[in-house]
Amino acid sequence: MRGNFSSITRMVSAGVIAAGLMSAPAKAADDTIKVGILHSLSGTMAISETTLKDAMLMLIDEQNAKGGLLGKKLEAVVVDPASNWPLFAEKARELISKDKVAAVFGCWTSVSRKSVLPVFSELDNILFYPVQYEGEESERNVFYTGAAPNQQAIPAVDYLMSEDGGSVKRWVLEGTDYVYPRTTNKILEAYLKSKGVAAEDIMVNYTPFGFSDWQTEVSAIKKFGSAGKKTAVVSTVNGDANVPFYKELGNQGIKAEDIPVMAFSVGEEELAGLDTAPLVGHLAAWNYFESVDTPENKKFIADWHKFIKNDKRTTNDPMEAHYIGFNMWVKAVEKAGTTDPDKVIDAMIGVSVPNLTGGYSTMMPNHHITKPVLIGEIQADGQFETVSRTPGLVMGDEWSDYLPDSKDLISDWRKPLSCGNFNVATGKCGGKGTN
Amino acid sequence: MIGLALLFLSATLSSLGAAEADLRAIIAKFATAKGFSETGAVVHELAATGDPKVERPLAALADGNLYIRKADSLVLIGKEAGDGVQLSDPLSGAASGEAAKDDITKIKVNNTLRRAIRDALGTLTLGAKDPAVRLAAAGTMFKTPDAANIEPLDTAIANETVASVKALLEQARAASVLVSDRPEADKLAAIQVIGARGDRDAVSLLTSVDANASDAVKQAAAAAIANINSTLAFWDAGQNIWYGISLGSVLLLAAIGLAITFGVMGVINMAHGEMVMLGAYTTFVVQQVIRTSFPGLFDWSLVIALPMAFLVAGFVGFVIERGIIRFLYGRPLETLLATWGVSLILQQAVRSIFGPTNQEVGNPTWMSGSFDVGQLAITWNRLWILVFALTVFGVLLYVMKRTPWGLQMRAVTANRRMAASMGIRTPWVDALTFALGSGIAGIAGVALSQIDNVSPNLGRGYIIDSFMVVVFGGVGNLWGTLVGAFSLGVVNKVLEPYAGAVLGKIVVLVLIVLFIQKRPRGLFALKGRAVEA
Repeated sequence: MRGNFSSITRMVSAGVIAAGLMSAPAKAADDTIKVGILHSLSGTMAISETTLKDAMLMLIDEQNAKGGLLGKKLEAVVVDPASNWPLFAEKARELISKDKVAAVFGCWTSVSRKSVLPVFSELDNILFYPVQYEGEESERNVFYTGAAPNQQAIPAVDYLMSEDGGSVKRWVLEGTDYVYPRTTNKILEAYLKSKGVAAEDIMVNYTPFGFSDWQTEVSAIKKFGSAGKKTAVVSTVNGDANVPFYKELGNQGIKAEDIPVMAFSVGEEELAGLDTAPLVGHLAAWNYFESVDTPENKKFIADWHKFIKNDKRTTNDPMEAHYIGFNMWVKAVEKAGTTDPDKVIDAMIGVSVPNLTGGYSTMMPNHHITKPVLIGEIQADGQFETVSRTPGLVMGDEWSDYLPDSKDLISDWRKPLSCGNFNVATGKCGGKGTN
Repeated sequence: MIGLALLFLSATLSSLGAAEADLRAIIAKFATAKGFSETGAVVHELAATGDPKVERPLAALADGNLYIRKADSLVLIGKEAGDGVQLSDPLSGAASGEAAKDDITKIKVNNTLRRAIRDALGTLTLGAKDPAVRLAAAGTMFKTPDAANIEPLDTAIANETVASVKALLEQARAASVLVSDRPEADKLAAIQVIGARGDRDAVSLLTSVDANASDAVKQAAAAAIANINSTLAFWDAGQNIWYGISLGSVLLLAAIGLAITFGVMGVINMAHGEMVMLGAYTTFVVQQVIRTSFPGLFDWSLVIALPMAFLVAGFVGFVIERGIIRFLYGRPLETLLATWGVSLILQQAVRSIFGPTNQEVGNPTWMSGSFDVGQLAITWNRLWILVFALTVFGVLLYVMKRTPWGLQMRAVTANRRMAASMGIRTPWVDALTFALGSGIAGIAGVALSQIDNVSPNLGRGYIIDSFMVVVFGGVGNLWGTLVGAFSLGVVNKVLEPYAGAVLGKIVVLVLIVLFIQKRPRGLFALKGRAVEA
């Protein structure tokens, strides 16, 4: 969902990387099951995606230590799409056609996911997508283990409106200018208005990628917040622009008690580059925090530190999504008794595995999963402390009920419907999304 | 040790008698309170005692330092020390032993609770000895007006000796009068006091004037708001210009090294941004060393990092010039591609050494926070960066115009063959000039590490802007770079509130393209033979 590029970067880095880092040569052995890992290891997105590659390698290692799958060892095939969207499609094709992988775990930005979709449906393989995204999509070949807007954005806003969250009446929707923030903000605006928030109490603002001079924006937030009503900022600001944003907030003295900032793209990883003392109390909404105190999570963190050989490395929400997705895939393969994607896709629905926050996540017929939603406050040590948690699990809703274009759509990949965009108003498959 | 503490405890207990026992009974309730609302109720109960002693436990709670010991459910203040937590008594502060993190539970707080505690502390600390604490208390009370505050504020105003605190106390009192049921005349006077304050907080307070208030009060409030808003409009314009100057200083810093390598030498150096990045990483390494070995020096870390960053980036620049660029003089396309390759190599090298994630570079205390000039909030880090950018510019100008080395540099640029005939070792001058430009990019990195991410991609964000500034200002002219940077910064920031950041940037780009059409050599074009050479 995040990342941007100049075309020169793309051309040159594609050339350099393609020459330098061709995928690991596939050993033509039938006694292993190959799993593709499609995460950028160079370019701007490397900052987020490298961690996910390592997490996948760890999960595959652990599965092998447990005796592999169907009596065979798992083998990871790592490729580097170099934060370059067309290269994602090429590398995906290479993984499926040349390396014959059984499933692929990968992508971060929505645009990279969109660019590999045709490849996965053409070659009929499986993609596990681990990042929170804007929704408005459901594909037969993709399993979405990150949060849909209703598993992150809406509960977050609900929390801010509640008494515990400060009964917020005025809203700043601050985002980076691309598809995820724009769609999410569109959904949030419609949602807020449905809750009786007046149009003049909502301010929407967008900034470019990698924006670093936040003075004007922060002082505009300050100004908007001085209208005598409790104000909060809902931030869909892209990862890298967050550090200067928070630094400016701290320096201009905006305290979380006065104007809290609720972020959807700021996790433990982003906070690692920041002195969080001035940010204590600002919020984030995720389905997982490293600080969650469960035995599963403690073991996961300990394994991660051991695997990466660094006690300081944090864990984050997309890592948990891969943890869930990988375990679901293992279970589905065992259930189907084969790694044939066609059969595994059918076997996936209804599979239920433990998540790291002390519950179970289930794959739903719309290829999204059930998760709890956690709201955390930033602490001085760079971790989040959970201050609110949805009472039950929230089911991912791919087609938002708050957008006019998608409110009649549902997705159900079970036979006989087998449709990702069924329009309940017209009773036909093939409705339209908003993007 | 514990025995002593107990002795001390019992001594204080007996001398203060029942009041302290009551406080302890209330504090003990934290151990059984479930959820934020119950904890909040205990906070209110504590605050309602009006005893200044509750400040210690409340402040600890707000900072997340109040713990429950699992063994005996005792509420204690904890301070992390190494692997364990140092415990102390919530009222007396007497040490009460150590505990492992697993043996104690932290009492959770959220924003609503923190705000409640802050408000409670406001009233409690009105009589504090330190004027700064009293000022903070008055500030809090101004923001949380309550009719019940009027009386304690009256007493505080009568006792106050420091003028600035007294003024704020009076404003806080006025705010409280506004929400009370005092007579209309009092309220009108209060509006006068708040209106005179003239800032956004005042507007915020006045807009929330009760809808049931009398017409005279409403009119006075509306008039005061209109009055403040017209002054604020003026300050807003000033603020935009300040933001512009501040953005300009960042652009100047990023571009000034390029003004040497590209401007003076004519090398299209795509690896310029990576020199900035190397400077930022040098700062990170210096801070790491200081953190682990000499924590007392932390506030000096940037000053120490400056020469190091200059040397590191300068040395890398020297190597690049000697290793690659000198073979490519006069072939701009190849230079462009080669330096682009170098930039990718440097990025990936840093990524391999330090990892792809952001690194934390701390702000020294003198670069944190802000101060007010009238209604203008100026952040210290931006101010220091401006001062720093101008200093670097001044020093560079001096080197170029007043030193023999600068003379040689200019001679080589103006006419290479003539300079060589005069006995100047032109290859050597080239190498040092490139190293100088790179070194300056390195020290720019030290400053930029204070406001931006320290990640391998740091340089990427500045390379386009730097070229824009140098080309706009006029290639080969340092003054052009200065004027170019500040005018781009100001135009950008003045447009931003109206056009938004995205559109603002586009408008600036279009303006530059149009300008370059009209004046291809930029603001300050170099004249003479060098241009044709």
